[in-house]
Amino acid sequence: MRQMSGAQMVCEAIIAEGVKTVFGYPGGAIMHVYDEIYKQKGFEHILNRHEQAAVHAADGYARATGEVGVAMVTSGPGFTNAVTGLATAYMDSIPLVVVSGQVPLSLIGTDGFQEIDAVGISRPCTKHNFLVRTLEELPRIFKEAFYIARSGRPGPVLVDVPKDITVDIGTFVYPDSVNIPSYKPTYKGNKRQIEKAVEAIKSAKKPLLYIGGGVVLSNAYKLVRELAAKTQIPAVETLMARGVMGAKNPLLLGMLGMHGNYASNMAMSETDLVISLGARFDDRVTGKLSEFAKYADIIHVDIDAANIGKLVDVDYPIVGDITEVLKAMLPQLDGVDANRYKAWRDVLNRYSELHPQSYIDSDEVIKPQWAIERIGELVGKDAIITSDVGQHQMWAAQHYPFDRPRQWINSGGLGTMGFGFPAAIGAKRAYPDKTVINITGDGSILMNMQELVTAAEYRTPVVNVILNNHFLGMVRQWQTFFYEKRYSETDLSFQPNFKALAEACGGIGYDVTTKSEFDAALKDAIRQDKVCFMNVAVNRFENVLPMVPAGGALFNMMLPQTIEGDA
Amino acid sequence: MPNILNERRVISVIVLNESSVLSRITSLFAARGYNIESLTVAPIPNSDMSHITIATNGSTKLMEQITKQLHKLIPVYKVIEHEEMVEKEMVLAKFPIAENLADISVLSAAYNGGVVNVGEEMIIVMVADEPKRIKHFIEAAQRYNPCEVVRGGVVAIER
Repeated sequence: MRQMSGAQMVCEAIIAEGVKTVFGYPGGAIMHVYDEIYKQKGFEHILNRHEQAAVHAADGYARATGEVGVAMVTSGPGFTNAVTGLATAYMDSIPLVVVSGQVPLSLIGTDGFQEIDAVGISRPCTKHNFLVRTLEELPRIFKEAFYIARSGRPGPVLVDVPKDITVDIGTFVYPDSVNIPSYKPTYKGNKRQIEKAVEAIKSAKKPLLYIGGGVVLSNAYKLVRELAAKTQIPAVETLMARGVMGAKNPLLLGMLGMHGNYASNMAMSETDLVISLGARFDDRVTGKLSEFAKYADIIHVDIDAANIGKLVDVDYPIVGDITEVLKAMLPQLDGVDANRYKAWRDVLNRYSELHPQSYIDSDEVIKPQWAIERIGELVGKDAIITSDVGQHQMWAAQHYPFDRPRQWINSGGLGTMGFGFPAAIGAKRAYPDKTVINITGDGSILMNMQELVTAAEYRTPVVNVILNNHFLGMVRQWQTFFYEKRYSETDLSFQPNFKALAEACGGIGYDVTTKSEFDAALKDAIRQDKVCFMNVAVNRFENVLPMVPAGGALFNMMLPQTIEGDA
Repeated sequence: MPNILNERRVISVIVLNESSVLSRITSLFAARGYNIESLTVAPIPNSDMSHITIATNGSTKLMEQITKQLHKLIPVYKVIEHEEMVEKEMVLAKFPIAENLADISVLSAAYNGGVVNVGEEMIIVMVADEPKRIKHFIEAAQRYNPCEVVRGGVVAIER
């Protein structure tokens, strides 16, 4: 029974949760907590140079480790800057606890200095949020916040702490357990439904594993690989699931969706049984819903009941944790005849041979796809790859040989430009011995470029590979295809000197225009103990292909040219 | 259940009685584009829960989504999509004293209510009945020139 201030309780709660790294930015309303951070030795604090980046860094830390990421910001603008970070984590179901300062209770509702309704604003972009109203409830609220963030379908939780509560002195007892009668996530799948799903698998002719980010969140990749190996059912991965099957897995067709490959999208169009594991039928995956998996029955395993039946009608709904459901399902598939699906696999293999993930390489200019494949060859399965949002993100998802889950960190649901660099910092703090590379573009990198200073100060040597086409490339691509080449506000010809920019902030810069320069720069960059910008000039008008135009059916893909001649 | 479009539905939501719980529910409806026709909320006696009754409309599939999304809110303990229910709504109506008081009194009695207040200028009646009948009462009351009509929103209980 220790007496301490609310601020100290915040630190003690974070320490009690086993958190080793907190990302944040101080300010008026959170100062008492920062005073306690100064005194404590339980966790390190990383001073990002923008609150949005602090939350993204905590997010990258969480995605790389599977643990709850923690960020701390002040009230008002500190909090509003953090909102994009919360929304990014919310859309991808990433466990975070974000602590925000708030004006004193007596000032709430008076339009006080740096007052904003944080719980009101964050309600639609958090799994849950709290405004601490008394010192007594503070330890319980932190316990619940961490529990809610990591349990069930994970997500970010905001704890808004008024300044006077951080000053008050009280007794600190951190609860051992949580009891929220209204919140009891379902982990075990319904036994009868699992049996029915197994029967459906056994009687299907053309089944397909549709693997989503939930498999990563549930740490179920080994079970999924076992399921595929045992049944020899082919698999497609969503953007969030890259790495689950492993790049060299012969059963993996690739990524499906708007920029999925031919075989994956055709497999989804022709399958007679979709086995959806932790995927949520996002519009970027399904294309035109009425044509999606038109001939298939659907097994949908998801820990969030609301995802089931939200967009497509499901024949075998199973609410539960993928790990638990697959543990129950696998023994029941013992007798399954793997030869049963051979004809189906042969068809899909022919699709893969017919239109492999391809591009036309060049010796005159670096192709972005080449750069990504080259990174894969040089750093391979040990590296952690983060990305921003745009063409480079899709090329990375298509061409990088991801071998394990949590190797690929990107903002899939919200599509947040500026995510990659701070997320890379977070991942590198979690795994200092691993090479961490942010694959980014000349548009995205500028959205959180101030993190050069953070990375330099903390000697967090992440490598930013800027695939520089002097365009907001993805928007430019749409303008090329759908807006008659009117390049409205997408030409980024005016640029900073990226090399000098990195150097000005205490990092290292490289200008790269040839393949040999690329190799030399990358090899040098990953040896450095400093943050790096590799400014790689790539082919300006390269497009991400295949592409399913928005709202189109998955099988109607624009395919890459296989011979030279396209601009 | 057949997938009937835009059928009227009543949902009861049992929630932990804590601050901002109502705004969590209403902002969920707003954010996901669900309609609220009426909403009532009051604490459940001898508990730390509140009972929220929401009248809405939509297809069977939409109702399933609404129910599941409500369930996801941390303070939501239980969601009941009513099928066999007793449903009542209360309404207060104010009429000028110069109107035909006998007619007004009989009318409100016919709709399970009566006169609750009489002043120098105004008479106030209260009626509690099924929402459909409340609608009829309000229509019938129009000929007596009501100055004000306040509806209380639907409350429901499963039979």
